Amino acid sequence: MSTLAHRRRARGDGQEGLAGLLLSPTLLLLALVVGFPLVLSVRQSLFQGGDEIDPTTGIIQQGDTFVGLQNYLDAFTSSGAGAGFWNAFWNTTLFTVVGVAIETVLGVAMALIMARALRATGLIRASILVPWAIPTVVSALMWQLIFDANGIANEIIGQQILWTTEGLQAKAAVLIADIWKTAPYIGLLTLAGLQTIDEQVYEAAKVDGANRWQTFWRITLPLVRPVLMVAVLFRLLDAMRMFDLPYVLLGRLRSGQTLSMLAADAASKTDFGMASAYAVVLFLYICLVAVIFVRGLGADVIGDADGRARRARPRRLRTTAEGDLP
Amino acid sequence: MSTTTTSPRDQVPVGADRASAARRGRRLGAIVVGIGMALILVYCLAPFVWMLISSLRRPSDGRSTALIPWPISVENYRAVFDPANHFGRALGNSLVVAGGTTVLVLLLATLGAYALARLSFRGKVLVMFLVVATSMFPVIILVVPLLKLFTGGFDWWPWSWINTYQAMILPSISFALPLAVWNLNAFFRQLPVELEQAAMVDGTTRFGAFVRVILPLAAPGMFTTAIITFIAAWNEFLIALTMVNRPEMQTANVAISKFTGISQFDTPYGTKMAAGVIVTVPLIIMVLAFQRRIIGGLAAGSVK
Repeated sequence: MSTLAHRRRARGDGQEGLAGLLLSPTLLLLALVVGFPLVLSVRQSLFQGGDEIDPTTGIIQQGDTFVGLQNYLDAFTSSGAGAGFWNAFWNTTLFTVVGVAIETVLGVAMALIMARALRATGLIRASILVPWAIPTVVSALMWQLIFDANGIANEIIGQQILWTTEGLQAKAAVLIADIWKTAPYIGLLTLAGLQTIDEQVYEAAKVDGANRWQTFWRITLPLVRPVLMVAVLFRLLDAMRMFDLPYVLLGRLRSGQTLSMLAADAASKTDFGMASAYAVVLFLYICLVAVIFVRGLGADVIGDADGRARRARPRRLRTTAEGDLP
Repeated sequence: MSTTTTSPRDQVPVGADRASAARRGRRLGAIVVGIGMALILVYCLAPFVWMLISSLRRPSDGRSTALIPWPISVENYRAVFDPANHFGRALGNSLVVAGGTTVLVLLLATLGAYALARLSFRGKVLVMFLVVATSMFPVIILVVPLLKLFTGGFDWWPWSWINTYQAMILPSISFALPLAVWNLNAFFRQLPVELEQAAMVDGTTRFGAFVRVILPLAAPGMFTTAIITFIAAWNEFLIALTMVNRPEMQTANVAISKFTGISQFDTPYGTKMAAGVIVTVPLIIMVLAFQRRIIGGLAAGSVK
């Protein structure tokens, strides 16, 4: 009911009009650069490219024919132009699930250490941003050198692994490079979450005789969970669209091909129908994961006004209790 | 962070052996934290340092794994700017694309984010949902139809935009704009509402309050958002790779990925590493200079 009253008031002082005015450029542009291409993609995925490059003139010849769901069928049965779909699908899934799982554990560990650090925090903070700031392309080249047959990685482990050739080791190389770049990001976000936890909660736990392990599982983790969930969700969705890293690190190796790469490859051969089908499947896959994560695990991404009000209350109580919080 | 040391329990007198046990525990904890910090430092910096070291070898030392590049040589850096690589031009292109994206996005996002943070209107949750959803979009689903569009694959689009800046900037907006709206939204929410209310009581309109009161206060937030947006746009690869096939229009990232170097038969690691360092160093300087702000900005979206 309070929202109703709120709304009535809002309409009164012209907030709606101003909001519309301020938001329309953003929404218009997003509709143009996101909504419209999305519709084009979905439509295009139902057509098959009669588009072929004329070998003598190099001009693209037009001629799309409607094929219904044939492109999707080709993809799911990995037949014809759709060959390589399941390979790319499982690569994408592997990089996402294994990568983000390890990143999360590493990131949380980093956050726990940083939260307890008293000295050199500026140095740590700056250095932890380095992997985040390095362009993925550059980090891929960097790891290519590290994973060279005669490179430093093989020298350190005393093996002769041909990292950037077809096989599990190529997938491992992608995973290691990806984890290196993104675990600190999760660590940063988790640290920000840790710093919002009230010290008194830990005091209370100590008084109750909780050991460190119990404190971590029963207090730290549940309290940092909302922040961690959002960080993990962002990372999941980002990992699912991975392109730069395997593209530069492994080139066209099948072992590293993701759905994004498959789609880009088809598009570069002007097979826009198949490319769109791959892209749409990836899009739906990402939507599915996002829905499962938000609905099933309760990752609160938006944090709308109502949710804020609910959370704001205990915070206010705490402020008055301590008196020194901003 | 420093509150952990001076918590009240340190001052409370307790039994002597319990106190010494606690002290021992703390010392052990400090050692563990110290080792952990060292590990984090090595983890984050070692690969980058290795890139730096490798870039300073002589090209003939190629993939040597010696820890110290000796004799030190800047030959690789000279090779990066070999005219055949168009690397200077590529850096300029990156600057135009990332800079253009940032300016455009910041202008629009400031307006939109203010509305989301401060005004109440119908469909607000839906708009916020849309903004978050677009930021999670796989870029490839935009790149495929836009490539077809810009190459003249549709009859109703007469312009060929391949090898143009707008072909890279416009698609970049798809990820940069939601990111910027999100960050600024968090910043606007942190500003006290009372400021605008006071201005409005004094007779200013809401828009006037936004321009005269909020914008000056939000300048640090806008600056941080600009940095984060710029870094995201500077690091973009898929769009830049797809929309351009003329070497002189490539961005730095694309140029590096295509380096063939002086000799054709050997991967020119030295040149690539040198180019990597050149592309990364401006970002690292930004990170060093504005680390607090950047971390605050990154965290703002997730800690509400």
